[in-house]
Amino acid sequence: MSSKEKSWKEISIAGICSKSSVGFMTGDWKTYMPVRDPEKCTTCLTCVMLCPEGAIKWRPEMGKIEFDFSFCKGCGICANECPTKAITMKMPDEDE
Amino acid sequence: MKAKQETMPLNGDEAIALAVKQCDVDVVAAYPITPQTIIVEKFSEYVANGEVKTEYVCTESEHSAMTACLAAAVTGARTFTASASAGLALMHEMLGVTSGFRVPVVMAVANRALSAPLNIHGDQSDSMAERDSGWIQIYVENAQEAYDSIIQAFKISEDVGVSLPIIVGLDGFTISHTLENVDVLDDDSIKEFIGERPLPLVVTHEGKTVPYKLDPANPMTMGPNALQNYYFEFKRQQEEGMKNALNKIQEVNEQYAKMTGRSYGNGLIDAYQLEDAEVAIVCVGSTAGTLKVIVDELRAEGIKAGVLRLRAFRPFPAEELQKALQNIKTIAVMDKSLSSGAFGGAVFNEIRNALYDSNQHPTIVSYIFGLGGRDSSPRDLRRIFEDLLRVNKTGRVDAQVHYFGLRE
Repeated sequence: MSSKEKSWKEISIAGICSKSSVGFMTGDWKTYMPVRDPEKCTTCLTCVMLCPEGAIKWRPEMGKIEFDFSFCKGCGICANECPTKAITMKMPDEDE
Repeated sequence: MKAKQETMPLNGDEAIALAVKQCDVDVVAAYPITPQTIIVEKFSEYVANGEVKTEYVCTESEHSAMTACLAAAVTGARTFTASASAGLALMHEMLGVTSGFRVPVVMAVANRALSAPLNIHGDQSDSMAERDSGWIQIYVENAQEAYDSIIQAFKISEDVGVSLPIIVGLDGFTISHTLENVDVLDDDSIKEFIGERPLPLVVTHEGKTVPYKLDPANPMTMGPNALQNYYFEFKRQQEEGMKNALNKIQEVNEQYAKMTGRSYGNGLIDAYQLEDAEVAIVCVGSTAGTLKVIVDELRAEGIKAGVLRLRAFRPFPAEELQKALQNIKTIAVMDKSLSSGAFGGAVFNEIRNALYDSNQHPTIVSYIFGLGGRDSSPRDLRRIFEDLLRVNKTGRVDAQVHYFGLRE
C-alpha cells in the first residue's frame, strides 16, 4: 500500500468517511473510453441525462459536451443511447 | 456504597427481561425463539402496560431484528435483542455488520442446539459458532448472573474504547427456564451505574469532529466500502476494541461488586479452589455450578481439585488463563458444543493454545458433552475428575478427545 494511506490509529472507527467521494476517482476502472465525433453530435444531451456517473458535462458557453474521465467508468451507455451514433467506445491507445 | 436490593423468584429469561426494563433501553427489536421466548414475551408485557418507554419492534425474522437493532444503535439509541439457535444463525450476516459498525447492541442468547436433527434444548453450539463475528461473549452460571451481566453488558459494550456489541449467553432451560432467587436492584441504582450512552468521536467528510451517530446536523457516510486499501485497518481497530474489553470487563465487574456485593471472579475467569489444585476442569456456563459442588466433595476427601469457569470467551483472556492454569498438572476442558472436524472442542483448542508457552506444560484433554441438552449429573461429572486423577497417577492419556455421556 502506498505510504500516503493512513494507519489504523489515524482513522475514525467503523469506516466513517473522512473525505467526500468526489475525491474517489472511479475513472480508472474503465477499459473502453467514449470518443465523440463532433460532426455527428447534435448536442441533443441524451448522453448527459443518461450517464449514470454524471460524468458528461454540457458546456453551453462552448456549445459542446465534455467527458470527465476522472469518473467515466467506460460503461458505454452514452454510445449505445446516442441517436446519431456520434459516440464510439475505444481503447485508450486506439487511434481515433 | 451498596444499593438496596430485593429478592425475587425469577427464571433466567425473566431476570433478563427485568434487567433490560431497568436499563432504560430505547429500542428492542426481536423475534421469538425457544428458549429465549420468555425474555421478549415478558418485555412486550412491560411495553403493553406502559411500564417502559421503549420502542418495541416485532420483526419478521431474526435477520431483520438484528438489522433494526443496528439501525437503531447508529442513531445513538440503547438497543437490546435476544435470540437462540436457528435465530442466531439467521442473524449471522448482520452480526458481522453490527460489530463492523462498532455499535453497542446487547443480545441475550439462551443457548440451544443447532438443527438438524431438530432440538430445542441447551448446548452452546449456536453462540460458539459466532465466535469470529466480532461480538464480545460472556457466559453466565445462573439466573442471578444473567440479571447482573445484562446490566454490566450495556456498560462494557457502550464504553467508547470498546464500542462492540455483546452476547450474554445463558444455558437454555438450565438457566433460562429455571426459577431461582434473584437479588434485584432498584431502578435508580442501575440508572446511575450505567448512565447515558456515551458516543465515540469521528471525523466526517466535512472535516468536523462529531459524535458517531446519524444526525442531520452533522451528516456522515456510514457503512461505506473499504477495499484493499483500508478494510484491513478497520478490522485491526476492532481488535483494539476487543483488547480494551479485556480491561473493561474486569473494571465493570469490580464496580458492580462495590454496588451489589456480587462479583464473578475477575470478570473474565471465575476460578474456584484452583490455587493448589492438581487436577482441574475448565468449563463454560451453568455446568460450573455442579462442578463446584463436586470439588467441595473431593476436597473433603483430601483430593486437590479445582474448577475454572471461563466467563468471557470473547475477548479470550489468554494471559489470565495462563496464570491461573499453568501450575496444574492435568486439566480437562469441557465443551458443550461440537466444532465438527476439529481436534477437540473450541474452548479446548484455545485453552491449550494459550498454555503452549507456559513454563510447565499441563496435560490437557478435551471433553465434548451435553449436546442437545443431554444432562450431566454430579455423579457423571465426578468421573471426569477421576479420569484426571488416573492420568495424573499413570502419566498416560487414553484419548485426547472424549465424547462424554455418549452411548458407545
